[in-house]
Amino acid sequence: MIYMIMKEVIMAKYGEIALKGLNKSTFEDILVKNIKRRLKPLGEFEYTRRQSTIYIEPVKEFDLDPAVKRLCTVFGIGAVQRCAVYEKDMDVIKAKCPEYLRDTLEAASTFKVEAKRSDKSFPLKTPDIQAELGDALSDAFPHLKVDVHDPQVTVFCEIRDKGAYVSAGRIAGAGGIPVGSSGKALLLLSGGIDSPVAAYMMAKRGLIVDGIHFQSPPYTSERALMKVQTLCEKLTAYCGDIKLYCVPFTEIQEALRDNCPEEYFTVIMRRLMMKIANRTAESCGYGALITGESMGQVASQTLRAIQCTDAAAKFPVFRPVIGMDKKEITDIARKIDTFETSVLPYEDCCTVFTPKHPKTRPVLSEIEKAESAFDFEPLINEAVENITVYRYKVGE
Amino acid sequence: MIYLDNAATTRPCDKAVKAASDAARDTFANASSLHKMGINSEKLINNAKQVILKRLGCEGELLFTSGATESNNLALFGAAEAYKRRGNTIISTAAEHPSVARALDRLEKLGYNVIRLAPKDAPDNFEEYILDSITPDTILVSCMTVNNEIGYITDTPKLYRMIKRKHPDVIFHTDAVQGFCRIPAAGDLISVSAHKVHGFKGIGALYAARGVRFAPMIYGGGQQKNLRSGTEPVELIAAFSAAVEAYPTDNSHYDMLNKLLRDRLSALSGVKINSPRDRGISGILSFSVQGVRSEIMLHFLEEEEIYVSSGSACSKGKVSSVPDAFGISAKDADSTIRVSFSHENTVEDIDKLVNRLEQGIKRFRR
Repeated sequence: MIYMIMKEVIMAKYGEIALKGLNKSTFEDILVKNIKRRLKPLGEFEYTRRQSTIYIEPVKEFDLDPAVKRLCTVFGIGAVQRCAVYEKDMDVIKAKCPEYLRDTLEAASTFKVEAKRSDKSFPLKTPDIQAELGDALSDAFPHLKVDVHDPQVTVFCEIRDKGAYVSAGRIAGAGGIPVGSSGKALLLLSGGIDSPVAAYMMAKRGLIVDGIHFQSPPYTSERALMKVQTLCEKLTAYCGDIKLYCVPFTEIQEALRDNCPEEYFTVIMRRLMMKIANRTAESCGYGALITGESMGQVASQTLRAIQCTDAAAKFPVFRPVIGMDKKEITDIARKIDTFETSVLPYEDCCTVFTPKHPKTRPVLSEIEKAESAFDFEPLINEAVENITVYRYKVGE
Repeated sequence: MIYLDNAATTRPCDKAVKAASDAARDTFANASSLHKMGINSEKLINNAKQVILKRLGCEGELLFTSGATESNNLALFGAAEAYKRRGNTIISTAAEHPSVARALDRLEKLGYNVIRLAPKDAPDNFEEYILDSITPDTILVSCMTVNNEIGYITDTPKLYRMIKRKHPDVIFHTDAVQGFCRIPAAGDLISVSAHKVHGFKGIGALYAARGVRFAPMIYGGGQQKNLRSGTEPVELIAAFSAAVEAYPTDNSHYDMLNKLLRDRLSALSGVKINSPRDRGISGILSFSVQGVRSEIMLHFLEEEEIYVSSGSACSKGKVSSVPDAFGISAKDADSTIRVSFSHENTVEDIDKLVNRLEQGIKRFRR
C-alpha cells in the first residue's frame, strides 16, 4: 500500500480573542503578524486561518520543535498543537498514526481518542472514528488502557476539508491577547526581579512595552547597563521588539543628595524618574507607564510613597505585580528566564544614596516642599536631551 | 589608558605573543605523536619546563595546567587524597585566594579537619605561628606566598625549611601566583600562573618536589606522567616560557613606584594604607579611601581610563573574608582600592592616579 507522504503542521489555537465579537479580525491580524515575525528566522511557513485556529505549515519539511517553542511565547495563542496530516482515509490514519504517536503513547498508561468531523462527507461518524482509531491504538500499544474520564493522553483526530489531522495533546500557549492590540506603554526598568515580570504581564494584555532605564555612572557600572540590556533581549521572546531609553541620571541624583532631606531621597528620586518618563511618554507616544512596584516591598512602595510617586505621573501607571508577593514574582521571573540575570549583583541607581532611615509614610505636601528647594527642571531637560536609545529585535 | 590592575591579569608581552604565534605556525604537533614533529613539540615543552623551574629555583616535576585554580585544586585534593592514611588535618590561612579557600571548604565537607590561621593573630611571625599549629595529625599545610588583595608576604622558603626540619612528613603547598618571578617561593607543591607574568590566560603550572605524591583529578590519555591528562597546549606553554624569560629580574622599578604612591597617598587625608610596609610586595598597594565606596571610586577612575581593582569589596553582601584576616575593618574594606603595577607603569601614571583620587575624594566623600 502506498501512503501519502506525511506532513506535519502546527495548529495555534486562539486564546481569549476567540471570544471577541465584530472586532475579532483586528486582533487576528495582529496575532498573525506577530507569529510571522517570530517564526521568520526559522524558515518559510504557510499560514491559514480557520475556526479560531491558525494552521502553520512549513513549506519545506524540517524540525518543528523550535517553532513550537517560539509559538508558546506569543501572546494571544491559547494552545499549540502539532499534528500529522493524512489522507482522509480511515485505513491510512489507522496504519500511520501509531508510529507518529509512539513516543507519547509509550510513556503513558491511559488514553482516549477525541474525534471531530467538520467534513461531513467523510463516511464515518464521529463516534465511529473514535472507536476505530482507539482500537487501532490499543492494538499497537497493548499496555494502554482507555480512560474516557481522566486520560493521560488525549489523541485528537479532526477530519477537515484538507485532510485528517492527528495529534496527541496540546501545549498550553502564553494566553493573553496579541502584543500591539492595546497600544504601547513605557516600563521603568531597574534591572531587578520585578520590572521584567511587570513587562511580561502587561505585554500579555496586548501592550507594546518599551523600557526606560536610569544610569548613574560612576555610582553604577557599565555592567548594570549590560544587565538591563540582557533583560531586554530576554523579554523580546514575549514582548516582541523592545526599545530601551537610557537616561543619564547622575547629576540629578547628586543634586538631590545635596539639596533635599535624606529621608526623602528615595521618594523624590522616584518622582523625578516619573517626570522624565512623562516627557519620554509624551514625545514618543506612549499611553501609560509601567512599574514593577509591589505593595509594601520596600520603603518606596508603601501606600503613602506610591501616592507621592503617582502624583508626579501624568499617565496612568500600571503596576501589575502590586498584589503579588516575592515568591509569585520570582516564579514568573524564572519562567520567563529573567531571574538569573536580575539577581546579578550590580549596583543600580535605586540603591545609590539609599537613606539609612527612609520615610515610609511621606506626606505629599512635605515632599513637594522638599523637592522645590532645588530647581530640577534644567537638569531634567538635560537628561531628557541626552537619552540614548537601544533597540532589541525578536530572535536576534 | 593607565592599567594598574596587574594583580588581576597582565598584558601579554610581545615576546610571549611572538612565541605563541611561532609555535602555532611551526610547532603545532601533538607532543604525544611518535613522529619528528611530535618530538619537536615535546622538546619545546621540556625546554619551557626548564625555564620555569629555573625561575622558581626548584628541581623536580612541573605539570602544566589550565591555570592556578586548577594547580591549587590539584595540589590540595591530590595531596589530601594521597596522604589521607597519615592523618586528617590540613592547615591553611584565612587569607587564601578562593581557588584554595573553596577547595578547602570542599575538603572539610569531605571530612578533613581544616584549620585556617589569620595573619592578624601573628602579623610579624606568621611563619612560626603556622609551624607551631602543626599537630601530629597534620598531613598538609597550604599557605600563599603573597596575598592577592593586600600584598602581604609569607616567607615560604623559611616556612618550608622550618616545616621540613621539624615535620619532614608534612607536605607544604604554596599558591605562589602573586609572587612568582618577583620573590622566592618554596614548597613541596607550588602553584603558578602565566597570565600574572605577561603570559596568556588558560595556562598555569604545578611544581612538585621529587617524591611528593598526589592523585590526578583529570583522567584521559595519560599525558604528563598520567598526572594531568590532556594534550599539552604547546602555544600557551611557549608563551609562558617566553614571558618568564622576559620578566625583569630586578624589582627596583616596582619598589620605586610603590614608595612614590605611598608617599603621595600619605599626604591625602583619610586615606589608610592596608598593605604592610615591611612585608608587602612592592607590586601591590592596597588602601582605603575612607568615606568613599570602592566601586564608586573605581568607576570614577575608569572615566579617566585609569583601571584599578576594588580589592575585595563586593556589593550586595558578598564580602570577602580576607580583609578581616588582616584586621581590616569592614568599613575600610568597603572603600578599598587595590593598585598593582607592572614594569610598564610610570611615575606619570602615579601622578594621574593620585590627582584623580583627590578629585574623587572631593566629590564623593561623605
